[in-house]
Amino acid sequence: MFCKDSWDWQPDRKVVADLSRLRSSYAGIEEFAASPDGRVLAALVKTEDDQFTVWANGQEWPDKFELAWCLRFSPSGKLIVLVRIDDEWTVAADGKSWQERFEYAWDPLFGNDGLVVGIKYKRENLYGIAIEDKVWEKSFNGLRDFCLSPDGLRAAATVQVKALREADIFGFFEGVWSVAVDGKAWDKQYINAWNPVFNADGNTVAAEVRTDICDYTIARDNEPWDSRYGCVWAPVFHPRDNSVIAAVRNQGSWMLYRNNEPFWQGRYNQMWNQRLSSDGSRVAAIVSPDFGKWTIAVDDRPWPKLFSDMVLAPVFSPDGQRVAAIVKDGGRWTVAVDGVPFKESFEMIWDPVFSPSGQQMLAMAENSGRFVILANGRKYHKQFQKLWNPVFSPDGKNVLLKYIEDDKYCRQVVPVEELLG
Amino acid sequence: MRETPESLVVDPGLDETIKKLTPEKIQTVVEHVLTKENAARLKVYSDTCVHCGLCAEACQTYISRDKDPYYSPVAKVKNTLWELVKNKGRVPPESIRDMSRIVFTECAVCRRCSMYCPFGIDIAYLLLVVRRICSLLGVVPAYLQDTTNSHAATMNQMWVQQDEWIDTLQWQEEEAQAEIPSCRIPLEKEGAEVMYSVIAPEPKILAQLLGNISQIMTVAGIDWTMPATDGWDNSNMAMYSGDFEVMGRVERLHWETAARLKVKKVVMGECGHAFRGAVYDGPRWLGWKFPPIPMVHAIEFYYDLLKSGRIKVREKYKKSVTVQDPCNTVRGRGLGNKLRYVVNELCESFIDVDPRLEHNYCCMAGGGTINCGPPWKRSRMVSNRVKAEQIEATGADVVITPCHNCHSGIEDIVGFYKLKKHVKFISEIMVEVMEIPDSLKA
Repeated sequence: MFCKDSWDWQPDRKVVADLSRLRSSYAGIEEFAASPDGRVLAALVKTEDDQFTVWANGQEWPDKFELAWCLRFSPSGKLIVLVRIDDEWTVAADGKSWQERFEYAWDPLFGNDGLVVGIKYKRENLYGIAIEDKVWEKSFNGLRDFCLSPDGLRAAATVQVKALREADIFGFFEGVWSVAVDGKAWDKQYINAWNPVFNADGNTVAAEVRTDICDYTIARDNEPWDSRYGCVWAPVFHPRDNSVIAAVRNQGSWMLYRNNEPFWQGRYNQMWNQRLSSDGSRVAAIVSPDFGKWTIAVDDRPWPKLFSDMVLAPVFSPDGQRVAAIVKDGGRWTVAVDGVPFKESFEMIWDPVFSPSGQQMLAMAENSGRFVILANGRKYHKQFQKLWNPVFSPDGKNVLLKYIEDDKYCRQVVPVEELLG
Repeated sequence: MRETPESLVVDPGLDETIKKLTPEKIQTVVEHVLTKENAARLKVYSDTCVHCGLCAEACQTYISRDKDPYYSPVAKVKNTLWELVKNKGRVPPESIRDMSRIVFTECAVCRRCSMYCPFGIDIAYLLLVVRRICSLLGVVPAYLQDTTNSHAATMNQMWVQQDEWIDTLQWQEEEAQAEIPSCRIPLEKEGAEVMYSVIAPEPKILAQLLGNISQIMTVAGIDWTMPATDGWDNSNMAMYSGDFEVMGRVERLHWETAARLKVKKVVMGECGHAFRGAVYDGPRWLGWKFPPIPMVHAIEFYYDLLKSGRIKVREKYKKSVTVQDPCNTVRGRGLGNKLRYVVNELCESFIDVDPRLEHNYCCMAGGGTINCGPPWKRSRMVSNRVKAEQIEATGADVVITPCHNCHSGIEDIVGFYKLKKHVKFISEIMVEVMEIPDSLKA
């Protein structure tokens, strides 16, 4: 995602790796990962001595591991993997392992710039978060949902602050869950806490909390909203004014609230996954206006077109003027833009990608194991064995395609006009 | 309310929690549930029931307890819901305790009685309404409440920690590789054809089932994955404890996890109630008419593998077998004949039960009853003497149970009534008899 200006955007096709050669070289090869700029293809491989290492563009990392999983590129192209060394787990990033070792380590998250990685860890039966090889000072009896601040330097997680005896239903309802930020738990404890989230500046945290058997609300920096609701879903922060926006169930209907006040007037059968435009001026959410019918509402106005099966989280164009979402109707997936679904539907489809201007939109889709690119809903003539999500150049004129065809991994830059046909 | 041996059972989830109840609280909750959550359906059923009592002959607790009318479905409704309706919720806390015992431990909400009702009234639903009231009042058998608490805190029913889940999958992948070297349990493989989901007892106490499925998927050549995040557990005891908010949260995560992994379908392990939660009750509470992504129960999955020849049988299982028809997949979904096809394909000698298919008796472990825990085990056993007699009459050596609750419930019955039978899942027999192609052998 970052330094995209420095990527090679000259229209061209390069074969980066011949996979048939790779397949004959190892006892086992796991799923491939492609770097954001497409220049590197990597995979976890099992060597003849039953150990694991990382293969990237034909080169093996020097270190081998007893076990490894979760190979991922960060948005900036850092390649990380979770590895077991001498029966302990840690993170290996770009071939270098962290000093810290854990009983277990999992769920890596990246900061937005892709330079920082954080993980959950378990050590001596207690749980915590480590960011870039630094562990929290305090660890907890339990830890579930976890997020990083946008810069990746801070972490928040839902934590169990007291141990419970087996089947201690009374202790549970006294409240043993809270939210820990940088290892320090909020003073208040709740029956449950879920889905913590930071604001854009990383200096405040909100989460869903449960205060009684059927009383739910949103808490921000240790303070729950005054009202209680029949249920709530995950909150988000407004990017400019730091207000907290969440769907709450009130008198049997779902409504969108902001700082504990009604934000939208519409009452829905269901509502979740609200998203804001980058300037916060517009809000979109998945809504169900009626039982078994789903769509996107933008600023409290549902799209007229309803879908029977499923609608996924809305995606705003960079300028906030357009909204797209994956929709499923009658068992087939497609993308709807500003309420209008593409004519063609697919067995599977991936999140739409807007051009910097918001005028063009690409999506990757699959039918019968063959991948295609859709440009403004029109199918590009080439098909692929495997494809990664396309990336627009910063000027919006070219598109980076990363794909496997004929068992060769290729990086290709294609002018947008060619995709649009 | 009549005193029975079960009224004397000690359970802090009932005995201690009623101490906090006030008449006002009971009345408020009852009124809310009866008028705000259930008005139309409840009224139709109440107006339709003619109190004929034909439902009695359907119920394993009634039959097993020498046809004592107190244990008939109609009596269970009369002693709980009708009391609440008649008194407009003005009942003492002790009554709530008794009602909670009846609806949670003496009815497995198996819905066999609906088939005997001349009007097809969903009598189990009426008792689930009472469970909902009990849940909102906090009067739920302690072990079942603890299971619901686990769902709320961990999104799985057995307090499985996230690291334990992944670690167990990695361990079972290695176990499977000892049998077939190319076996994998692919974690977080976006775009796989199938997400395989299980219930929490598999990683917690029956981990070998995860190794088994890895072998089956490998031999059948299925492109599959399992999540390394919460959302892997398809079970839902909150559905049965009456905590629908937790039920909905668990189901939402399950389906959003499948959507995140971009799978075309979810195949689930051998569990009945989880099928009901993931396919019916959960999606509908959330607003979906149907599961947003197709869900295939293990019975159907194995049927397809055998029918299509993706799994071939090397040599059929020798011991004589019979089956338990899980209520939620056979009575609820009609998979009984597919189950028999699978069993006949895998086993040399299949002896069917009588009654069978959708008329088969419940195991009296589902519906959350087994999750009510040790205090209620004896009651469950006494309530299902008819199941012991039915199994014994087959003369089979092995009872195949494609459901975790059935499996545990039948094991309890085998032990309690000293039946000298073994209880197995389909997958345990499948890995024993399936042909492993030479290309996959070590």
